[in-house]
This record gives sequence, C-alpha cells and structure tokens, in this order.
Amino acid sequence: MNSDPKISISNLHKSFGSNKVLQGVELDVDAGKSLVVIGGSGTGKSVLLKCILGLMRPDQGSIRIDGEETTRLSQKNRARVAGKFGMLFQGGALFDSLSIWENVAFRLIHADHIPRDKAKEMALQAMARVNLAERNADLSPAELSGGMQKRVGLARAIVTRPQILFFDEPTTGLDPITADVINRLIREQVTDLGATAISITHDMESARHIADEIAMIFQGKIIWRGPAKDIDHSGNPYVEQFVTASAEGPIDVMGG
Amino acid sequence: MNPLASIGRASLGMSRTTGRVALFAWHCFLAMIRPPWFFGQIWRQILGIGFYSLPVVGLTAVFTGAALALNIYTGGARFNAESFVPNIVGIGITRELGPVLASLMLAGRVSAAIAAEIGAMKVTEQIDAMRTLSTDPFRYLFAPRLIAALIVVPMLVLIADIIGIFGGFAVATQSLGFNGALYVRNTMDFITSWDVGSGLIKAAVFGFIIALMGCYHGYVSGRGAQGVGRATTNAVVSAAILIFASNYLLTSLFV
Ligand SMILES: Nc1ncnc2c1ncn2[C@@H]1O[C@H](COP(=O)(O)OP(=O)(O)O)[C@@H](O)[C@H]1O
Ligand SMILES: [Mg+2]
Repeated sequence: MNSDPKISISNLHKSFGSNKVLQGVELDVDAGKSLVVIGGSGTGKSVLLKCILGLMRPDQGSIRIDGEETTRLSQKNRARVAGKFGMLFQGGALFDSLSIWENVAFRLIHADHIPRDKAKEMALQAMARVNLAERNADLSPAELSGGMQKRVGLARAIVTRPQILFFDEPTTGLDPITADVINRLIREQVTDLGATAISITHDMESARHIADEIAMIFQGKIIWRGPAKDIDHSGNPYVEQFVTASAEGPIDVMGG
Repeated sequence: MNPLASIGRASLGMSRTTGRVALFAWHCFLAMIRPPWFFGQIWRQILGIGFYSLPVVGLTAVFTGAALALNIYTGGARFNAESFVPNIVGIGITRELGPVLASLMLAGRVSAAIAAEIGAMKVTEQIDAMRTLSTDPFRYLFAPRLIAALIVVPMLVLIADIIGIFGGFAVATQSLGFNGALYVRNTMDFITSWDVGSGLIKAAVFGFIIALMGCYHGYVSGRGAQGVGRATTNAVVSAAILIFASNYLLTSLFV
C-alpha cells in the first residue's frame, strides 16, 4: 500500500502585487477522500484551486500530485497531469459556441482524439449519470437553466472518470432545492469514481453534504482542519463564527 | 511631479507591453506551424472573418476608387494629365489604398469581434476550462484565427483591388468621358504583377496584425464586462496603429 497523500501542498504562497492572497498554505488530501475548503469571499479559495490545477503559477511552495512535483512542469507533462483532473468551475465555464454534448465531449475529441460518434456516446452516458436527458444534447448552453448548466459542467468533469475532482463553489447562485440536487450528484460521483475531491465553498450546507473532511482558510493560511462531523464543535473561534454565520467574533466582517 | 519620471514610467510600460505582445506572438507562431491543427476551427474562422466581411470591404473599395478617380482627374487637369486617371487609380488602389483601407475596416470589424469573444471566454473562465481539458488555447483558439486571417485578408484585398478599380472605371466612364475599352486596356497594360503582389504581401501582414491584436487583447482582458469593453477598444486602436506603421515600413522596402 502506498500511504502517500494523493495531493500534498506545502508552504504555498501567491501574491498579486501587494495583495498577499496565499501565505503558506499546508494541505494534504488522502486518496479517495473528499476535502472541502471553506472560507469567506476573496480569501483565495479559487486562487488555491487554480494553483493546484496549474492555471496559476505560485510564487513559492510545492504541490505534489501522486508524489510528483507539479509547480514547474513542462507543457507536455502539464497536459498529462491535467488528464488526472476533472474540474467544475464556479460559473460552469461552458463553451457557449458548442452544443451541450460537444462541451461534455470536448476533452475526448480534442485531447484524447476519440472519434466523434464514440465521443458523443460517452458524453451521453456521462450526461445520464447526472440526470441530463439526451434531448438536451444538441442545445446550446445559453438555453439551459443555471442548475442544468452546473450539471453539464459536472458531466464534462467526470466524462473521463478522472482520479481527482475539483469543485469551485458548486452551489453558489442556485436555489436551495437545485443546490441539494447538485450536492447529491457530487457526492454520488465522487463515491462512484472513488475519486479524491477538493471542493471550495462558503455554503456550509453544501460543505456538510460533500465533505469527509473540512478545512478553513483565513488570511492566506489553513487555520483549522478536521472531520466533517466535528465542524459544529471545532473549538476554533474563527470556524465557529463562520459556521454559525455570525457577525460577532474574531473575523473582522466590516473589513479594513 | 517629475516629468522625466513619468516619461520613464510610460516608456518602461511600453517596452513591457511590447515584450508581452512579442512573447504572445511567438507562442501563436509555434502553435500555427506545429500540428495538431484544428481544421474545423480554421474553416469556421475563414467564414467568419472572410465571407461576412465582403460587403464592408466591397463598399469601402468602390467609393474609394470612385473618389480617387475624381481627385486625380481634377489634379491631373492642372497640367493636362487627365489621361493618367486609369494608371494612377490602378497603382493607388493595388499598392496602397486597397490593402490599407480594407485592413482598417477589418481591424474595426474583425479585431473587435475576436477581442470581444476571447475576452468573454477569459472572464467566464472558459479559457481556464479549456486548459483543464488538456487543450491548448493557443492551438484551439488563437492559431485558427491567425491562419484564417493570413489566408483571407489577402483574398479580401484582391477583391477590394478589383472593386476599387471598378469604382474608378465607373466614375471615369460615366461622368469624366473616358472610353470604357480604352480605360480597361490602359489599366491592364500599366499595372504590374508586383503592384498587386506587394499589396497582397502587405495584406497578409495586416491580416496577421488584425487577428493577433484581437487575440492578445482578449486574452489579457481584465475581469468583468468593463474589462472586455476595454479589450475591444484596445484591439482596434492598436491594430490600426500597427497597420499604419507596418505599411510605411513595407512600402519603404517595396519601392
Ligand atoms: N488573476 C488575478 N489577478 C489579480 N488578483 C486576483 C486574481 N485572481 C484573484 N485575485 C485576487 O485574489 C483574491 C482572492 O480571490 P479568489 O481566490 O477568487 O477568492 P475566493 O476565495 O472568493 O474564491 C482576491 O482579492 C482577488 O481580487
Ligand atoms: Mg472563488
């Protein structure tokens, strides 16, 4: 048995000018586990995911995937590592010039060079796994509701059965019922695929649903981490304030 | 305020931008010359850039040719050289006005459209999404637009040349009393293939500039709708200026 963590982040720093966003993030995720990172808006959750995905280059620190250092990869190796990933973007990030099934099949057609009819078949299967009917296949993304767009994004993320899944604010902007559907689908897919997952959110309901473990990011660092069931008695005043959505506490809500 | 400091800051900023554009262009160039090529995308762009620009380019050319004929006639009359209208219209259109004016119109239409599309993709994270799907946006998005512009802009300029010369012909025969057959023969005898060819080389360079500025400004566009708006403006303005500057350089090489 290999007991190394699937994803291992240490001493990660990233600034934009004088805006120090990440200031020494330490985070390990074991294979097959679902970790949710919670934190307020603008605390660098998306930046953290983009660093792991290789979309942003960190200023300092290390990110290991399966033990392999990924912060200084060549373009070719980057594409290979990206093959392990599936990502659901905050706004869906669907290609609006392509149909739904072409969106889902994008990687299959353009990176894996699978023939179109075979790729379409696989796309339809992935759509069925997130309860998207085949009749939606030829629509364009703009014709779908926000919740359906999220499901297309999810289908696109899981179509190649990746080992690692990332979710950026999967329920933001959805009504509570649709959000619940998305949470269930995410949990279901992560379990089915046996994937390792990192999600980021400020929605506690969603975090409880998806997480095996929860970590909280504050002022560029992970300030607490524990099993999801401990989130309500973390003993950390910052986490307690966040979980109870209270204006009273150590987090300066008015900002400065 | 130290005026030298602000000049220094402006020129540092400019050389930094020049460096970024050059690096971006180099990446685009590598993506253009190396497989895989996305032929479907190239074809879509050829239609988008080329076919739908025909009316704009055609109208620009016909009125320019017509006005040019009138001006040369008036100017030529001052030293009894009215008969040179076909020659000078031919030279003026093929070497200069066809490529420059058609490309300027295309800068307005095509650079702006490319910058808006790429910029919108950037701010909605579609370009990031493409990368996570192991697809290089330089190959999938930028190279097809550049290749299409390199092919299509010279074709459009060739059409502009023909329509522009026709505009001059129409005015000359309808209101300046030129004989139609003679006008055509004069034009044909006088214009060399280098007149046309050098204009088409210019057109290819301008086409590259048009697509490059659209892609670059879209790609570096700031966040939000405002960022995309600014990207569009920057694309058009910088494409136009680079067209004028490179036109002078190319002309001085070709004469
Ligand atoms: N590409 C970028 N350029 C400059 N600043 C950025 C960029 N991306 C994010 N930031 C800044 O980093 C901070 C964290 O952003 P983000 O990770 O999106 O927050 P969130 O936790 O809400 O996802 C914000 O202050 C944001 O303005
Ligand atoms: Mg975010």
